[in-house]
Amino acid sequence: MQQVFKKPVSLKDVQTHFCPGCHHGTIHRLVAEAMDEFGVQKRTIGVASVGCSVFLYGYFDVDVVEAPHGRAAAVATGVKRAKPESFVFTYQGDGDLAAIGTAEIIHAANRGEDITVIFVNNTTYGMTGGQMAPTTLVGQKTSTSPYGRNQSKDGAPIRMAELLSQLEGVAFSARVAVNSPKNLMDAKKQIKKAFQYQVEGKGFSFIEALSSCPTNWGLNPLMANSRVGTEMCDYFRLGVFKNTENL
Amino acid sequence: MAKRLFVKGNEAVAMAAIEAGCRYYFGYPITPQSDIPEYLSRELPKLGGEFIQAESEIASINMLLGASATGVRAMTSSSSPGISLKQEGISYMAGSELPGVIVNISRSGPGLGGIDASQADYFQSVKGGGHGGYHIVVLAPASVQEMYDLTMLAFDLADIYRMPAMVLGDSVVGQMKEALVANRRPETKLPPKDWAVRGKGDGEQRVVKSLFLGDGELEAHNWRLHAKYQELKERETRWEEFETADAQLLVTAFGSTARIVKTAVLMARDAGLKVGLLRPVTLFPFPEKALLQATQQCKKVLDIELNTGQMVEDVRLSVARDAEVYFYGRPPGAGSLPTPEELFEQIRKYY
Repeated sequence: MQQVFKKPVSLKDVQTHFCPGCHHGTIHRLVAEAMDEFGVQKRTIGVASVGCSVFLYGYFDVDVVEAPHGRAAAVATGVKRAKPESFVFTYQGDGDLAAIGTAEIIHAANRGEDITVIFVNNTTYGMTGGQMAPTTLVGQKTSTSPYGRNQSKDGAPIRMAELLSQLEGVAFSARVAVNSPKNLMDAKKQIKKAFQYQVEGKGFSFIEALSSCPTNWGLNPLMANSRVGTEMCDYFRLGVFKNTENL
Repeated sequence: MAKRLFVKGNEAVAMAAIEAGCRYYFGYPITPQSDIPEYLSRELPKLGGEFIQAESEIASINMLLGASATGVRAMTSSSSPGISLKQEGISYMAGSELPGVIVNISRSGPGLGGIDASQADYFQSVKGGGHGGYHIVVLAPASVQEMYDLTMLAFDLADIYRMPAMVLGDSVVGQMKEALVANRRPETKLPPKDWAVRGKGDGEQRVVKSLFLGDGELEAHNWRLHAKYQELKERETRWEEFETADAQLLVTAFGSTARIVKTAVLMARDAGLKVGLLRPVTLFPFPEKALLQATQQCKKVLDIELNTGQMVEDVRLSVARDAEVYFYGRPPGAGSLPTPEELFEQIRKYY
């Protein structure tokens, strides 16, 4: 008999601690599958950010450095410059990358650092308890926007994948979702492309993955999943915003 | 024999970093330390190293964190307001037990303050600066030669104890030029960096982190850090004594201020006053025992600093109860360096 499906070797054989219906586990798996396919596990150094994604090292069987809140792109810069032969990725949430870490991500992208950034956007601060994020949708209620995000007061949700695609140093920028089999297959394809850019030394690659947060959204897993496909995909359009080499 | 050079203190720091094997520098311009990034931006690429002018001090300390985590020797430098921004990363490096050298060519504050010399960063340097209760090695050079020698030492201590090390100079020692013998890197036995991330290869996963959520894990981590600080106090305390053998009044001062004090001590000796200087070279670990010993016979201590009184607290904590500790200081402000005559007057006053 031929085995046609198995756990990626880059993932550890452990139970997830993420809330039911959260997409982190799925995104972890896609990233690990890409690692396996490119055979980079043994030379990978991951950069963990804060919040739910910090536990990266509990799931990925790769070396990991933990960064302060928002600074993962700067930490990854130091790692990659010191060890250019390594495969370096960061894994950051929206509060991390699109709020406190905007300077770091924009400048790492602009320098064209040869790293891959996995940006998990669930429109809220997950582990901190569901506060308003820079990506919180207009009208969305959170624990710090109890009347709903007010665009005239709080600004509009930031579209990071589009914003970064404007920078010369960015080789690849795409937004994906894992809420449906179709989107998941496409997400896998785009994550692989992002990896390929780094494997070929072609510069900064960025994947924004829309993710659910049932616990903080106050929705059950199915409803949360469906919100990703409707409200979120409506504002955060899926697609490739920059692809310098058409890999 | 090593060449005798005539260089600026800041250049001596950069030269020492290269001699110490540092090939990675991450920084952001700020007066009065910009000679350091300027020198390294020119020299590191020639040596196959990397110089990055980061977008901020915060980014540069975190680049240092990332590079240090891979096991290479790396450095950042800044001046007071920039060091404030770096404190977040310094706390994380201390928590993650990462080596790395941070140079502070301090200037006056608080806030934007001014660009003249000040010693008002003593508290920030030796008492933590960032959150969480930690220490870093703090070395206080008083000459261009020491800017060189202590920078090299900072790299070794950082590696041996797996913690950040700071060279705390100021705009006087950073900007002045004097003779330097650029010694070769001393042979030092360094522990293997078997903790550094490198891509796991066929080995075990390595994680560099400061988050410890397991039951009792963080407490154990903090006790271990504490033990390391105690070990540093035992083994790595450094200080200079000048005319202390028969001193009736002991002056304490660090860094560039100690040089002015030396002249004042000589003036006092000429006037027949038995005065000596004890200059802490390591501000952390602080030479507590040396001070206690020096004050066994000499019951008067005058602490002199270019601030309104910071190190004096550590001096008080170090000496026996029956030693009187006086303080004379000047807060930072343009042109406010004390003259030897001014300090001699203070010595005479408390003698």
